[in-house]
Amino acid sequence: MKKTLFDKVWDTHVVDSIENGPQVLYIDKHLIHEVTSPQAFASLEERGIPVLRPNQIVATADHNTPTINQHLPIQDKLSKKQLEQLSINCTKNGITLYELGHKYNGIVHVMAPELGITLPGMTIVCGDSHTSTHGAFGTIAFGIGTSQVAQVFASQCLLLTKPKSLRVSVNGTLKNGVLPKDVILYIISKIGTNAGTGYFCEYAGDVFENMSMEGRMTVCNMSIEMGARGGMIAPDQTTFEYVKDREFTPKGDAFDQKIAYWKTLPTDEGAPFDKEHFFEAEDIEPMVTYGTNPGMGIKISESIPKNNSASFQKSLKYMGFEQGDSLINKPVNFVFIGSCTNSRIEDFRVVANFIKGKQKAHNVTAWLVPGSKQVESQIIKEGLKTVFEAAGFELRQPGCSACLAMNDDKIPQGEYCVSTSNRNFEGRQGQGARTILASPLVAAATAIAGKIVDITKEVEHLEFT
Amino acid sequence: MEKFRTLRSRAVPLAIENVDTDQIIPARFLKATDRNGFGDNVFRDWRYHKNGEPNTDFAFNNTNYSGNILVAGDNFGCGSSREHAAWALADYGFKVIVSSFFADIFKGNALNNGLLPVQVSERFLKTLLDEITANPEIQITVNLESQTISLENSNNTEGFEIDTYKKTCMINGYDDIDFLLSKKETIEAFESQKNY
Repeated sequence: MKKTLFDKVWDTHVVDSIENGPQVLYIDKHLIHEVTSPQAFASLEERGIPVLRPNQIVATADHNTPTINQHLPIQDKLSKKQLEQLSINCTKNGITLYELGHKYNGIVHVMAPELGITLPGMTIVCGDSHTSTHGAFGTIAFGIGTSQVAQVFASQCLLLTKPKSLRVSVNGTLKNGVLPKDVILYIISKIGTNAGTGYFCEYAGDVFENMSMEGRMTVCNMSIEMGARGGMIAPDQTTFEYVKDREFTPKGDAFDQKIAYWKTLPTDEGAPFDKEHFFEAEDIEPMVTYGTNPGMGIKISESIPKNNSASFQKSLKYMGFEQGDSLINKPVNFVFIGSCTNSRIEDFRVVANFIKGKQKAHNVTAWLVPGSKQVESQIIKEGLKTVFEAAGFELRQPGCSACLAMNDDKIPQGEYCVSTSNRNFEGRQGQGARTILASPLVAAATAIAGKIVDITKEVEHLEFT
Repeated sequence: MEKFRTLRSRAVPLAIENVDTDQIIPARFLKATDRNGFGDNVFRDWRYHKNGEPNTDFAFNNTNYSGNILVAGDNFGCGSSREHAAWALADYGFKVIVSSFFADIFKGNALNNGLLPVQVSERFLKTLLDEITANPEIQITVNLESQTISLENSNNTEGFEIDTYKKTCMINGYDDIDFLLSKKETIEAFESQKNY
């Protein structure tokens, strides 16, 4: 029988099946962080159940960490306590932890791929919905709740019903200045925020084949924003070259054997999908969102559509926009470049390339938050920090930061923020804050102009890859 | 986990679509290391103005409405995987959430906490919202064994789907850990034979 990439990885991980019920799926890697793990550790402890496979768990501190003065004691008492609890739990259970200040510390979905913890053909879970990021490697990776975190601790397995399959194909050549973030925002704007619910998505076609691993991670990261638990891209030479020689990637013969296996994973020609969508690369332009869910996106040159539903109206009212408005020339005082969606070195290269020799607008606070210590080091090594500082941007320390504003990095009430993160929900970046999702390029251009500008007119001569 | 068979209750209407888990429990309340007390902050920024005054336009603050059932718009629980959203709704007192569509992760989290997600047709959802708004006293019965939801004093009943395994868990108060631990030998055998 012809199988999809998803079928192949799923089927090799099925431990057992319940008649007319879910399957027991084996989990290769379990990533944890400070926010969604403490209650799971506590519930196991209450029941006297040990962690079954501590060596398959990797922990980092990211959601709640400050992005300045990381060498000083954390001021916020609750944050401090949560981070201390993570350290206690990891020590007690023999789990590797890259805590604040560690050279491998970073956002969980940036840290694991760059260390070679994420490899093709694996099953990976984490108590975080953006675990879908790891699907870029041809991995079944998805977010879970805390009860499920406890289940994986106890059994290294989860009880799951196999999702349906969805394929989104984008073929052709992307226009200059159209980045992976624009591709995924475009897809979600076309198919909606619940089109993927109940499905696991595969992204296929030239556009993804020609994309870097970091670009693929940006795309897969936002699969959950269309409701899909996860999104995958078939592993290929780009994948193999990326994972080769990373810290925890197998070396030598073991690596060659892995590659031979990984080459069998791509979807068989003619394998059936439950649902398919097709798009043309030429139709995609730099995108911005105008509402309070990631599906409310338009091409930067378009106007906000008309829709009379109460939810749509509520959303526009929150954002302070009107139907028919263009976002071009809207003044913006905050720009955030970071998050598990866009905080890798390529993202910062795009920004540096665009702002080099320019100055940010006076009204703008521009935060650059690297995804990990390693990304931060690379920024410094490549001299990008100097470019950022000269342009008046603030390079902060790694963490989730203003993507979810759990730490002190909050956007003030009523302010607009052009953000490279993944969610524009009400209050996501701070109470009353208004988020406009965009690519790192659109964010950089906004910071320079102090307002949203039609980037399509500025990028013809720029190189982005 | 608490057992669930049937519930007869009034309901609170929330006719908003795409309610995300950031609204159900904003991130700034996720710093706790236990799972208690999240109900105090459920829908915090919709229930209260920034100055701390209750927002009287929000259904939870309308004294006409009460009960253990929340009836919400399409695509309820989208966004973050935070189980704190399910804990907050359960802690506030809800036992059933009704919507025409649930986000995957939220649905699983709810079931793992004895909070029953009941998916109904868009038509039935509209009927429920209209009837509750017109008559906040109206009683709704959710019967898990027969998989039905009914509006009292009318012929409005609809069936709902639930995975047989999950239904058994809800009725008996079992959780997945009990089941997975019973599979320990099978899991270890799988580990020793896996060849990928």
